[in-house]
Amino acid sequence: MGIDNSNSVTPEQNPELPKDFPGEVIAAGNGGNIVVTSIDTIINWSRANSLWPLVFGTSCCAIEMMATGASKHDWARFGTEVARATPRQADLIVIAGTIVNKMGPVLKRLYDQMAEPKYVIAMGACAISGGPFYYNSYSVIKGADHVIPVDVYVPGCPPRPEALLYGIMELQKKIKTESISNPRDPMQGFI
Amino acid sequence: MNSQELKTKIESFGIEITFPEEESQFLTLIVNPNQLHQLAKQLKENIDTSFDYMFCQTGIDWLENMEVVYHLRSTSKEHEVVVRTQITDRENPTLDSVYDLWKTADFHEREIFDLLGIRFNNHPDLRRIFLDDDWEGYPLRKDYVDEINIVEL
Repeated sequence: MGIDNSNSVTPEQNPELPKDFPGEVIAAGNGGNIVVTSIDTIINWSRANSLWPLVFGTSCCAIEMMATGASKHDWARFGTEVARATPRQADLIVIAGTIVNKMGPVLKRLYDQMAEPKYVIAMGACAISGGPFYYNSYSVIKGADHVIPVDVYVPGCPPRPEALLYGIMELQKKIKTESISNPRDPMQGFI
Repeated sequence: MNSQELKTKIESFGIEITFPEEESQFLTLIVNPNQLHQLAKQLKENIDTSFDYMFCQTGIDWLENMEVVYHLRSTSKEHEVVVRTQITDRENPTLDSVYDLWKTADFHEREIFDLLGIRFNNHPDLRRIFLDDDWEGYPLRKDYVDEINIVEL
């Protein structure tokens, strides 16, 4: 037997399907359709569109992150929906603000407590490099990537909500390149 | 009371005070560190001044000396004054605590001790507030060096 996929329709061929539809639709006759996809596509699609961020903000970038979550910009439009107050339930940590030496071990611990797959966005100059505190500071870690591996860097001081949304979209693109046959190790290449 | 009336009143306390020349928002007094507590007590307890609220306490390192600045306000009389005092001993700067007059001095003095190393006599719990307990040195001092953490510009 086997499925005759000569009737299959890709998103490009059918304008009714959204462009990012994760699979193909096969017309099965009698009005019904069969959706065919790969495990990788469907898992990546669902992971990328249900990123749950951790409630974590250490300075002014957090205000901008809250604005991104509020009604005007509303990051729920991109699936980055419910901010979780526990790392056990979060997939994404947006490092929104300065990380000082005393906060370093706390950040590392929160990251370790998150279940895989987990992703990190470094938001703003402080999280990227220490920003305005790079010089002449005795207390600031010069880049959060000295503590945990970072997936996406969003520059700005602080970045506007649009910039953070763009960072989230870039992270989604990155997630969509993953494969369960070769699982990603977030610590790979991180010293 | 306006600044001029306050100045006249405070001069009548009989404590050696100088008034700096430069313009400022509040009436400013400079007092010797050994008379600071005496002045603070008078400012708080005198019925005409009654400074019952210390809204800021700051430490400054001027290299040649250390300075502590007290911003005082009276909630009943609605006037403010700034008291400055300069300590010349950089090695072992000490000052009398005003914790007995304004309880808010507890954390303010711990912060000044933590970052500038000024010790306050009669403070109930003088230990570091922000930095780790085993931190060496006082990072807001102008001569503080930390070759590991600080990138000099």
